[in-house]
Order: sequence, then C-alpha cells, then structure tokens
Amino acid sequence: MQSTARAFTANARQALDDAKLQVALARFPEGFPVKRRLAVERLPEFEALRDDAKEIKDHVLAHLDYYLERFEAKVAERGGQVHWCSDAEEARTLLVKLCRDAGATTITKAKSMIGEEIGVNDCLEEAGFKPVETDLGEYIIQLRHEPPSHIIAPAVHLSKDQVAEAFRAAHKDLPDDRPLNEPQEMLDEARAVLRRAFLSSSVGITGANMLVAETGSIVLVTNEGNADLTQTIPPVQIVIASIEKIVPTLEDAATVLRVLARSATGQDLSVYTTFTTGPRRSGDLDGPQHFHVILLDNGRTRMLGGEFREMLRCIRCGACINHCPVYGAIGGHAYGWVYSGPMGAVLIPNLIGVDEAKDLPNASTLCGRCEEVCPMRIPLPRLLRKLRDQQFEAGQVPPLFRYGLRWWARLARWPALYRLATGAGVATLGRLGRRKGRFRKMPFAGGWTNARDLPAPQGRTFQQWWSAEKGVRQ
Amino acid sequence: MISGRERTLSAIRDALGRGALGPDEKAKLERRLRYPRANVVPARGQCDSREGLVATFIAEAERVNATVERLCSGDDIAPAVADFLRAHNLPQRVRVAGDAVFKDVRWSDAGGLEAEAGPAAADDSASVTGAYAGIAETGTLMLLSGPDSPTLLNFLPPNHIIVLPEGSVVGTYEDAWHRLRAEVGTGIAMPRVITWITGPSRTADIEQTLLLGAHGPRRLHVLLVDGATSAA
Repeated sequence: MQSTARAFTANARQALDDAKLQVALARFPEGFPVKRRLAVERLPEFEALRDDAKEIKDHVLAHLDYYLERFEAKVAERGGQVHWCSDAEEARTLLVKLCRDAGATTITKAKSMIGEEIGVNDCLEEAGFKPVETDLGEYIIQLRHEPPSHIIAPAVHLSKDQVAEAFRAAHKDLPDDRPLNEPQEMLDEARAVLRRAFLSSSVGITGANMLVAETGSIVLVTNEGNADLTQTIPPVQIVIASIEKIVPTLEDAATVLRVLARSATGQDLSVYTTFTTGPRRSGDLDGPQHFHVILLDNGRTRMLGGEFREMLRCIRCGACINHCPVYGAIGGHAYGWVYSGPMGAVLIPNLIGVDEAKDLPNASTLCGRCEEVCPMRIPLPRLLRKLRDQQFEAGQVPPLFRYGLRWWARLARWPALYRLATGAGVATLGRLGRRKGRFRKMPFAGGWTNARDLPAPQGRTFQQWWSAEKGVRQ
Repeated sequence: MISGRERTLSAIRDALGRGALGPDEKAKLERRLRYPRANVVPARGQCDSREGLVATFIAEAERVNATVERLCSGDDIAPAVADFLRAHNLPQRVRVAGDAVFKDVRWSDAGGLEAEAGPAAADDSASVTGAYAGIAETGTLMLLSGPDSPTLLNFLPPNHIIVLPEGSVVGTYEDAWHRLRAEVGTGIAMPRVITWITGPSRTADIEQTLLLGAHGPRRLHVLLVDGATSAA
C-alpha cells in the first residue's frame, strides 16, 4: 500500500475537521476499552497470562529459525506447501502465480494485515482477478477503495449512511427502492452478496493469527465465520503470514488466545477459532485440495536484530489503539499506512523507513496507556522514545527545536541557574497574564496557541512552591 | 541462486548473532514440543464435580448468546430438534452429520422431521452436528472435521444445533488438548480442521452495533444429553 505518512500533519488536521469521523470516534471510548476492562476483571489470572504470553513470544523470537523449519516440515508432512518470501514484491509475484496456476477468477479473502502490507487486492486486480474481501468491515472499505482505519475494526470510521451509500453504489442488481436504513438490513444484504462470492470462489486467501510449530497448523480467529468459509469452500487455500506469527505448541496457542480477544474486543474468546492443518484428506467432504503457506519476512528480520525486537511480540489485538488519546482524536487514516495508533507509530517507521514516517513517533503524548494494556507487554512508549532519539541523532529534527533542546539541556545541568531562569520567566508571565489569566498568543508557542489559549502561570514555579510549602518526598 | 528460505533463515541467524542451533539446543526445543506443558490455567474452568463443570459450561455459553437445552437421553434428540425448528418457524428439515452420537436417533419418529446426511448445501436452513468436547471456561464447543463431519455444516446453514453428551464437557482448553492428544493424537492422525465455536456468528463492523449471524449461523443451539458419555 502507498503510504501517506509523510503528510501526517495535514492528515491529522483534515481528520480533526471531518465531522463524520469525529462522530464515529466519539463512540469509541464507550466500546472496546470498557469491554476490555470488564473482561479482564472477570479473569483474575489475566496479568499472569500476559507474563506467560510475553515469555512464549520471546522464546520463539530467540529460536525463530528452528520453529519456522519445524513448522514447514509439519506442513509438508500433511500435504501442504510452504513458500518463503523476503519482501512484498516477492510475495505479490508468488501470489499471482499461485492464483494463475489455480485458474482463478473470483478470489475470496479473509481480513489479513499482511495482505494490507503487501497490497494484495491491488495486485490481484491488476493481474485480472476479482478479489473479494469477506470480513464485513473490510468489504465495506474495499467498496469505498480506502484502507482500514483500525486493525480489528476496519470500517470503524464510517457511519451507517456511508455504508448504505457504498452498498447502493456497488450492488446495482438490487432494487433501488430497497430499505437500507438499519445496520441489520445492510448486514443481510452483505451476507447474501458475499455468500454468492464464497460459493463461486476458486482461491481463498487468509492470513493467520498464529502458526503452530508442533502440528503445522494455522490458527484463524474471527467473529463472523468468514475466514472459515474462505478457507473451506475454494479448491485452493493460500495463507499469508509474517514469520513472527509462530508459537511452539497448542498449549501456547491457548495462552495467547486467552489474552487476544479480551484485549481486542473484550470477548473472552472470539466466536470462531480454527486450527487448520494441510489440505483435504481422503474421505473428507469439503476443504481445499491445495494448501499453501507464504512465510513473509518484509522487514521482520531487520527488527529482530535491532532495537525494536520487542515489537515483534505484537499479536495485532488493537488494545493500544483503542486506548490511545491521539488515535481517539484523529482516527487511523491520518497515520498514512496500514497500521495506526501506538503500534502503528512504532511499526510504520520500522517497516517503510524512518524517513517516510518522521512525524509518527512524535504523534504521542507518551501517556503510557498503550503499554498498560498491551497483552504482550510491549514497552511502546520506550520504543517511541527510541525512534525520537534516532531522529535526533540523524539530524532529522528541525533546527529551532534542536537548538531549543540544546539550550534547555545546558541550563538544566546547572540547577541554580535553571531555578533562577525559570523563576524569572514564570514570574514575568504571571504578571503579564494576571488580568486575563490566559494568553491568546505567545512567541515560539504557536503550536499550542493556534488551537487554544495558554493558561497564565500563577507566578511561582513548582520548585518554589515546593520549598515554600516545605514539601517532603514521600 | 539462494532460495527465499535460505535467505530468511540466514537473516534470522544474523539478527540473533549466531549460526544454526547445535544438536543439544535442538534437542531441548524438541523436548518442549514433544512434551507440551501448560502455562497459567485460569481457575474458572477447573472444577472437581461434573455438575459444576456443566453449570459453568451452560452459563458461559449463554453469556455469548448460545442457547442450551438439557435432555435426559438420546431418545429426546429428534423431538428437541423438531421443537427448535417449530419455535423458530423453520421448515422441518435438517442436514445431519454422521457422528456416532446420532446412530440410534430415529429422526422420522419426530413428526414430519426430515433428516439428510452429507455436506451442507447452500439453501440448508439448519444443521445438526455432534461436538468432540464442550469447554466450560468459555462455553466453547470443539468440533473436529472428518468424513462424517464436514466443516461447512458448521458454517453454511443459518441455524446450527450441536448435540453434546454431558460426559464430553471438559474444563479448560488444556483439558481439551489433553483429551485430543490421548484419544486422537496431534500427529498425522490429528483432524484437518479443529473448530472452536463460542456462540453464534456476529459482527459489530457497522457503527459498533452488535448483530448476530454475520456469515456463520445466527442461532447456535446446544442439546446437552445426560447419561451419554463421550461420543469418541
């Protein structure tokens, strides 16, 4: 997918001015975060499960070569075929070849973030196939030709009217005067349309939530059941998964599953969790004849060897996104690529280059809620700070900001001088702003005062107040 | 030419700052796979009494919009299916899996109920299948694919009735894996598809409004049969 992450500032401004988006985002805090909290409260072992899940993934990453080879051997043993691809281009070429070999026309797809990373739909369309997304949210955004705005709720930025509009534009064979006012009517329509796609599909493309080394199984988690129809009906199944999706055993998969849905939607478990191993067996009445797994690196080995290895523990639950105040204000599209929120702000620069996504690591208040809720205990604020450090070292920070920071750092090294300077500054500002209690404009603080007033200080610094009150460190 | 496989594996080893693992290290990992150990297991699914397990299973399944009906014996299966179809104004016709649990069921005795075996057809309105296990911790049903239990029976028809002997209710995911390893195995004999079903299909993709029956069944009805032990 083409990135617009470079235009983050403009994207964010546009998002803030988008009334429909703001209505959709306003629904957010009542949804996933509340449900997550209730689910976690019902499970006393949740914190211990997070520790175990983290440990499993750390263990896998330290032995990734072994587990991938083992997974490949098991898939082959059960009649499937594993392909290895280093980057998006290789994966796209292979995918088109496999679809051509299958004589495909209609190709059904279950939601896959790796699919978004490599731009599967565009490349299949260019090759003359008809890819159909089958997750309801993904289907809606496919009709609207836009990327997902959330990794687990791709169409969360849309109103039902916008969905109805997209359906009316796409489903031309249905009567114009049909009622399409309520979500239920839209679901019924999508279910009927997509059922036809399922039944005429020649290749099913899915992602994988996990790959189990012990058995060679792929694990797929959905609430709709679309992944199961995608992988059971067509004669050919192609799974695309990035290499860090491995877990060792079925027991380890169970542990990750216990934290996944709770962190994502606040369900104890998603409706369908399916462990699929190889193609149709003799005697089976359904299932594909051919079973392919594409293992994709696409930047993972680079992260494995660097400072961002911990990000590879991510299981794409979306908890950090759901709890991020910045995401809550601007939604997912502003981030400009496949991912968004705190995980996106770390992943995007790592996957498409720091130069391409300079603003993203800075689009965070570092409030720390993301780390608090991450089931895999990924230290997202620390990783964001690391990216900021790298930008500073690489000279990517604007000169004014650089010099400002340098002067501040010098000053801070001399506490007495620092107290004197800040004391004088705050006293002056306090006097100047005494009458109104706020400033409408302030030199060097346009970033703040363009959008809101700056409250005037009360005349004393915190340190002055602290010593006057004879504060004691607790 | 270097294959994608070699390129990825050597990139991983470079990143980890080591070569391929030695035999000792490999043997250790092999042991971890051969003798899988449980991680933390929640207390919710752990209960000494069968009645306690069954009660947890029912409560959890109902929390996620499944309906559960307890039957005294296998003789009640056909009438219960007929009643369910009547209650929801559905045709008295079901597609039935070939599980052993149905071998003595006389479908035609329940009024005009028609039961046909085989894979699901596009216009089937209801299916009846067995389940390998019920997992109490989240009210989950575990179904295995095989010649007698095609996977699409669980997904195509909008109504899914699952017959579960009470003896097949286990406590936790680990218990389910343990039983599968002991009875079926996780090697070459492991079924192609293992499906965990926790309530009927749903979506909240339009304005976060929860709707049932997205692509899979709108209704999931569990017939919990007393006195019957495990179907396997």
